[in-house]
Amino acid sequence: MKYLEEYRDPSAAEKALESIARIAKSPWAIMEVCGGQTHSIVRHGLDRRLPSGIELLHGPGCPVCVTPLEMIDRAHAVAAQPGVIFCSFGDMLRVPGSHGDLLSLKARGCDVRIVYSPLDAMRLAVGNPHREVVFFAIGFETTAPANAMAVWQAKRAGIRNFSVLVSQVLVPPMLAAILESPDNRVDAFLGPGHVCTVMGTGEYAPIAETYGVPVVITGFEPVDLLAGILRAVRQLEEGRAALENAYGRVVTAAGNSAAKSLIAEVFEVTDRKWRGLGSIPKSGLRLRPPYRELDAERRFDVRHLETDEPAECISGMILRGLRKPNQCPAFGKTCTPDTPLGATMVSSEGACAAYYTYGRHLAGAEDACKAR
Amino acid sequence: MVDFSGIAKRVCLELLPDIRVGEFVLVHVGFALARIDEAEAARTFSLLEELRQLSELQESP
Repeated sequence: MKYLEEYRDPSAAEKALESIARIAKSPWAIMEVCGGQTHSIVRHGLDRRLPSGIELLHGPGCPVCVTPLEMIDRAHAVAAQPGVIFCSFGDMLRVPGSHGDLLSLKARGCDVRIVYSPLDAMRLAVGNPHREVVFFAIGFETTAPANAMAVWQAKRAGIRNFSVLVSQVLVPPMLAAILESPDNRVDAFLGPGHVCTVMGTGEYAPIAETYGVPVVITGFEPVDLLAGILRAVRQLEEGRAALENAYGRVVTAAGNSAAKSLIAEVFEVTDRKWRGLGSIPKSGLRLRPPYRELDAERRFDVRHLETDEPAECISGMILRGLRKPNQCPAFGKTCTPDTPLGATMVSSEGACAAYYTYGRHLAGAEDACKAR
Repeated sequence: MVDFSGIAKRVCLELLPDIRVGEFVLVHVGFALARIDEAEAARTFSLLEELRQLSELQESP
């Protein structure tokens, strides 16, 4: 496919690796923000090809992984109501809540459906006027325009049996929270490529300046990732800390203005709790007052529920880059993709799932030497 | 309709009002979010080459 294959070219990747090896003189820890970037890094073994002084920390950019336990439990409570058709992206179905996952609800006869797009959920509402259709609106800024569009269209068309359970989060406050944490080890960030196609890059320059940390907006293919790493290492070696855009073919400084307007129309910023990170002020989105009639939390009154994390799961430390999956005692043993203990193993973008899929539980000794 | 390497899918183009047939787009959950800029796409490689040449002048000890 054009604009995809070229960025997987092994010889371009090799040349980038050589360049990095030549210029890297000090040890650096670089965090890639997006789960999709983590997945690509582990799949292509990029972390193992970098010079030993360059360590990649896996960030919490996996929307499934950071969805708070309370939201999973609320989703459960809504999906269990008679007559509800509960729609979600596929990954969310297997995230363990306090009392099992959504898939097990489906197995017990509740109508839980996987959809590719929030518009599919809206169409289900139109096609099933006597059922309440709820869409689990999770994600970062990348899914916000789609979720906003579904809400906006549903209200405009007067679709009364459609509502959304919102768990939208924002990247910039998350980066600030990581940088302000006492155990922070991040020297530079590979910024979120697809989030920035929507929002533009403007929010990231202040982060680079305030915290003295290079932020290189990076794509997802091997050549893109290595280009991002190379540019980050170059800045670090030269003592610079600026915003760079290494994904210019789809990221512009301004982003997508139609998408931004739509998000601003439907959503407003709010405080949000992140699984594994705790509550981060102004880090999420909620429906604005004109659209609150479509809020599933209100419609089904599911705001108060007991939550209970499994003790063994160290997702929180993984999401902050403080541990690697293969440093978790449960990894590959009690915790596998078939029997996940936490979200980072369930989600296709989760670091634990990535490590397991690409056999990192089979290479313990090699990674243990490199891990810190 | 958008062509994904031969598979045609219905995609919402509302967020890219100026998009034209024949252009390449980035799609996420059923929505086209950005057009792909051909010149920038090539620039990824030319910049990598520039940085490679620069790095040769600074071999690691």
